Amino acid sequence: MDINQQHRLRKQGLRAAHLIALFIAMSIICLPGLWIVLNSFRPTVEIMAKPPVWIPERLSFDHYRAMFGGVGEGGVPVLRYFMNSLIISLTSTLIAILIGIAGGYAFARYRFRGKSAIFVGFMVTRAVPGVALSLPLFIVFAKVGIIDTHFALILAYVAMNVPFSIWLIDGFFRQVPKELAEAAEIDGCTRWQAFWKVEFPVAKAGIASAAIFAFLTSWNEYALASQLTRSVYSKTMPVGLLDFTSEFTINWGGMCALAVLMIIPALILTFIVQKHLISGLTFGGIKG
Amino acid sequence: MPRILKRLPPWLALLLPAIVILLVVVLIPLLLSLYSSFTPYRLTRPETLYKWIGTYNYVKVATDVNFWWAFGRTVFLLTVALNLEMLLGLGLALLVNKVTWGQRGLRTIMMFPMMFSPILVGFQFKFIFNDNVGLVNNALQSLGVTDQAIAWLVDEKLAMFSIIFAEVWMSTSVFAILILAGLFAIPRDPLEAAKVDGCTPWQSFRHISLPFLMPFIYIAMAIRSLDVARAYDIVQIMTNGGPARRTELLWTLIGRTGYVDAKMGLANAMGYISIFLAIFFTIYFFKKLNASRAVLGFNH
Repeated sequence: MDINQQHRLRKQGLRAAHLIALFIAMSIICLPGLWIVLNSFRPTVEIMAKPPVWIPERLSFDHYRAMFGGVGEGGVPVLRYFMNSLIISLTSTLIAILIGIAGGYAFARYRFRGKSAIFVGFMVTRAVPGVALSLPLFIVFAKVGIIDTHFALILAYVAMNVPFSIWLIDGFFRQVPKELAEAAEIDGCTRWQAFWKVEFPVAKAGIASAAIFAFLTSWNEYALASQLTRSVYSKTMPVGLLDFTSEFTINWGGMCALAVLMIIPALILTFIVQKHLISGLTFGGIKG
Repeated sequence: MPRILKRLPPWLALLLPAIVILLVVVLIPLLLSLYSSFTPYRLTRPETLYKWIGTYNYVKVATDVNFWWAFGRTVFLLTVALNLEMLLGLGLALLVNKVTWGQRGLRTIMMFPMMFSPILVGFQFKFIFNDNVGLVNNALQSLGVTDQAIAWLVDEKLAMFSIIFAEVWMSTSVFAILILAGLFAIPRDPLEAAKVDGCTPWQSFRHISLPFLMPFIYIAMAIRSLDVARAYDIVQIMTNGGPARRTELLWTLIGRTGYVDAKMGLANAMGYISIFLAIFFTIYFFKKLNASRAVLGFNH
């Protein structure tokens, strides 16, 4: 066998190995989620079947019908939860990003005493886990009387997402050369116009990626939500998932249907912002 | 109010919203819990909040074997999960980076587990690892690997393994996405020069790509170690600390002490000792990050 042939064989072998490894990795990533989606379309008998039924006999929409059936018949008020989640996540993301832009800009553009101390101080507040915070936060919120409101959760999630947003957005603003904004100001822009026309567009990708992280965090958060919500007026979907459990049994089919409903908005949003997420993090990562 | 804002230096005016909200939502509750950790506070008896018992709770926690086992288990889970996620994330990023066709689709699929709520991941794997109807046992039995049901979540060793599996499944993509961003940012010139100089692919990866990727890896490490609390949701749902406390982590123990046993003061003392762990990891990875940036000359 001559060297050329050997070389070609090796190259083909590596290509095949790469594809096989990629296929296995993607399967492991997708299978658990796919299993949930499949289960949401099966009758409960098939979910619990033994030996297992791998391919559903027929599509069943029973779980979805039951889920949207309403409160009266013992169903879970899914639409309420969905709306609560949407309102709380979107509002808190918006506020956190606005505060994050202001804070990130301050860290990136101004020199002041105690800058790194404040920066680390912010990070440390993020280090406090939700479950540790939920105990005292419950007491404070109960005293103020805002338990079981959207406002309480929005407040908590803004605080949770602000440090992380500032950290990311600070990196992106640093990547905009100072001279660019200065040139705009010389050309007669106000500082605000210079920010809006020059610096903001360049940092937009980073802001978008901070937004997706913030949204996913609020959308999926459970520890705080389970303490600060009481009723259908403020319960979010992660908390609502527990409505499908009773002391000894779990309604797997219903839970899977709700899970599918929970993933769809996250999937859509991530897909839209996905392009920015990569190019954005590239810059935010390096120049901190 | 606006007039006062105008008199402040601009950096402070810009940072003020962040500072205010963190003070109100994080610092005040934390001070309250710091105070209550010196009282025998029970949720069921509010008057206990006004009784000062000094460091009694802290002494009790420090001498509690169960607490230190949970502490050790949390450090164990963090170390194993973070390192596994880092290695697998690196591998996944390299695999996806090599793909030339349909990469955008693959990147979205790659981030799929990130979109799952930790609590959902908990239920998902509770179901998948169920000894009777779970996916894993069904697959193993269909393939004839085993004819007995394996009790993944009941066996003391397998339960921890199952939790680590769920945790790694959920968070590997955080590493993959950040490392992939790093791979895109690697300058082409040094890699080509290395090729001309006759470096093997492994050598150029080891000496050029990897140092460049380190800041990204540490950012992911810092983010993930900050989010250690997420492990709470998964563990609480999958095993609730069982069997026989074998998967009891700090946060499940604190949650149980505070809400089930209603010993809020004691739970807060535990929380305070535990928060130091999180702060330690934060500062540790921050230093590592700065050091790896300094190597690349990015520290300005």
